[in-house]
Amino acid sequence: MNHRNFVLTILGGATLLASTPLLAADPPTKIGFVYVSPVGDAGWTFQHDQGRKQMEAALKGKVTTKFIENVPEGADAERIIRQLAQDGSRIVFTTSFGYMNQTAKVATAFPNVTFFHATGYKQGKNLGTYNARFYEGRYLNGVIAGKMTKSNIAGYVAAFPIPEVMQGINAFTQGMRSVNPKAQVRVIWVNSWFDPGKEREAALTLISQGADMITHHTDSTAVVQAAEEKHKENKNLYAFSYHSDMSKYGPTAQLTGTTHIWGDFYTKIVNEVLAGTWTGTNLWGGFKDGMIRLAPLNSAVSAELKTQVAKMQAEIVAGKLHPFAGPVVDQDGKERVAKGKSMSDGDLGAMNYYVQGVASTLPKR
Amino acid sequence: MDLSFFTSILFATIVAGTPLIIVALGELVTEKSGVLNLGAEGTMSVGAVAAFAVAHHTGNPALGILAGMAAGMLMSLIFAFSALTLVANQVASGLALSIFGIGLAAFVGKPYESVALASVVPLKIPLLHRIPVIGPAFFEQQALVYFSWVMLAAVAWFLYRSRAGLILRAVGESPVAAHSIGYKVVRIRYQAVLFGGAMAGIGGAFLSVFYTPMWVEGMVAGRGWIALALVVFATWRPLRVMVGAYLFGGCMVTQMFVQGSGMKINIPAQFLSALPYAATVLVLVLISRNRGTIRLNSPASLGQPFLPDA
Repeated sequence: MNHRNFVLTILGGATLLASTPLLAADPPTKIGFVYVSPVGDAGWTFQHDQGRKQMEAALKGKVTTKFIENVPEGADAERIIRQLAQDGSRIVFTTSFGYMNQTAKVATAFPNVTFFHATGYKQGKNLGTYNARFYEGRYLNGVIAGKMTKSNIAGYVAAFPIPEVMQGINAFTQGMRSVNPKAQVRVIWVNSWFDPGKEREAALTLISQGADMITHHTDSTAVVQAAEEKHKENKNLYAFSYHSDMSKYGPTAQLTGTTHIWGDFYTKIVNEVLAGTWTGTNLWGGFKDGMIRLAPLNSAVSAELKTQVAKMQAEIVAGKLHPFAGPVVDQDGKERVAKGKSMSDGDLGAMNYYVQGVASTLPKR
Repeated sequence: MDLSFFTSILFATIVAGTPLIIVALGELVTEKSGVLNLGAEGTMSVGAVAAFAVAHHTGNPALGILAGMAAGMLMSLIFAFSALTLVANQVASGLALSIFGIGLAAFVGKPYESVALASVVPLKIPLLHRIPVIGPAFFEQQALVYFSWVMLAAVAWFLYRSRAGLILRAVGESPVAAHSIGYKVVRIRYQAVLFGGAMAGIGGAFLSVFYTPMWVEGMVAGRGWIALALVVFATWRPLRVMVGAYLFGGCMVTQMFVQGSGMKINIPAQFLSALPYAATVLVLVLISRNRGTIRLNSPASLGQPFLPDA
């Protein structure tokens, strides 16, 4: 191909591309997803993939989706994100915090593509962010735990002391102690998002130390499974799942859980982008926006408690109940939120302490 | 703090150390023959998924272990063919095997990710399990825990008390000398590698069928690499492998107990998690100071390819 032909081809191609929307009967819009781990059967990525499927079904014929799983955070992610944009995706969702800088960089290079980054804080003309208020669900889990515990000890298996995990631990504790002031929460950090062996060992440790309400902020089903196993010995031992409903792994032991629901958000936001009405998003949604849901409640939860939890959930939706409504006092007795106030989103996003009622010490940084 | 607290720590330590002992013993025998197989992580993954699949379909955990073992041997056969028959670089072959194994296990295991397996009831040793404190910790364990102790004795006896073990060590020290007096170096190394693969497969089976009865991608979570470090940590002595494995397991379990107890002890969990690796480095430094101790235990031809006809 000589130089002139090359230029002509490029020009021809460009004309063709520009005229495509006029000719075709709206071909489906390509949408790309980038996942940090394999889809699997439960956990963070699994829930995002459920959301993707829900959105694709809701917008049948209008969109086609594609996902790339197990993409490491960091430099390699940029290549993947760029590739999705280059291959004609008009919308790209990047679903892990560690993709933030890469997403922002690719977004400036592809102004015609709209990017959405989960859990980050960098925004732009064509880059929106979204996250969910998981702590609202944690608070209600805590209320159930506070009512149902006999030992007044709850055990929490956690991955890393980042604000999102701290919010969960503290909200659970706040909820538990709102109905049971004697209750305490013990935390074990396993320093890994995903290590079923360690997660299980941590759960068994907490159980052997008297905890009868167990939950976790790690990615596998090991904690719920361990509780199910030990439930045979202690009929009052129960677990709360996280990310996904894990009742399949703990049919008798799982009381409920905090599940992530991304489908409604994905459908709504894609519709907005397609219609051209999208003007930038920084959505941090909770029960109200349908981004989290409680997993089905176990029959061991009394009807009375079920009603109470439903009522509280309605109050959270109405904005009348805030898991971090003052006074919020931290472990050292320092008042973090004054009476009559609620914690601001900024303070929530920077949470780095335990509230009163957590019986463990925070790993020093 | 009562005695049951101590018992639970001991119990959990033994459970956490068991897969490490099994895999490290296999690797020890392999390395004693002069072959460095870095494929343990991948071999464990494949063993774990094979064991889980078979245990799930047959409902028999024992068949699962056998499947894990067979899968481990097949994996190591790939390594042996590449490193011993084709005389490829052992480090590269081993690393490739690890990466391949992790990927293969993820691929094969996809349909099993949503399946839960019934947990296996521990095997109580009559009378012994009634000993206070240590009884429930040592003698109410899974069958594979006892297996790890039997294998420890067997490997120690084989290496230092049997003629075949002497030959194996000779091959690891000087394959040329062993070859010149008529021993089939490559065949002996093949057997050692197969044994190592079988043990890694069983170690993987322990994880997916007994420890956390499930299969998920990445569940081996670095234990294959710890087992490799353990062999060096133990300076290629079987008994020290067990001490090291329980030390590694104990570090993890103890830090969890401290965290969960609500005690106001301010040891960062990260420090305790890093302790086993720091200990391995320390041991390496110590044994490297004295050339004699290294030469005494580490196989002289470790990692060096051997071509009989060259």
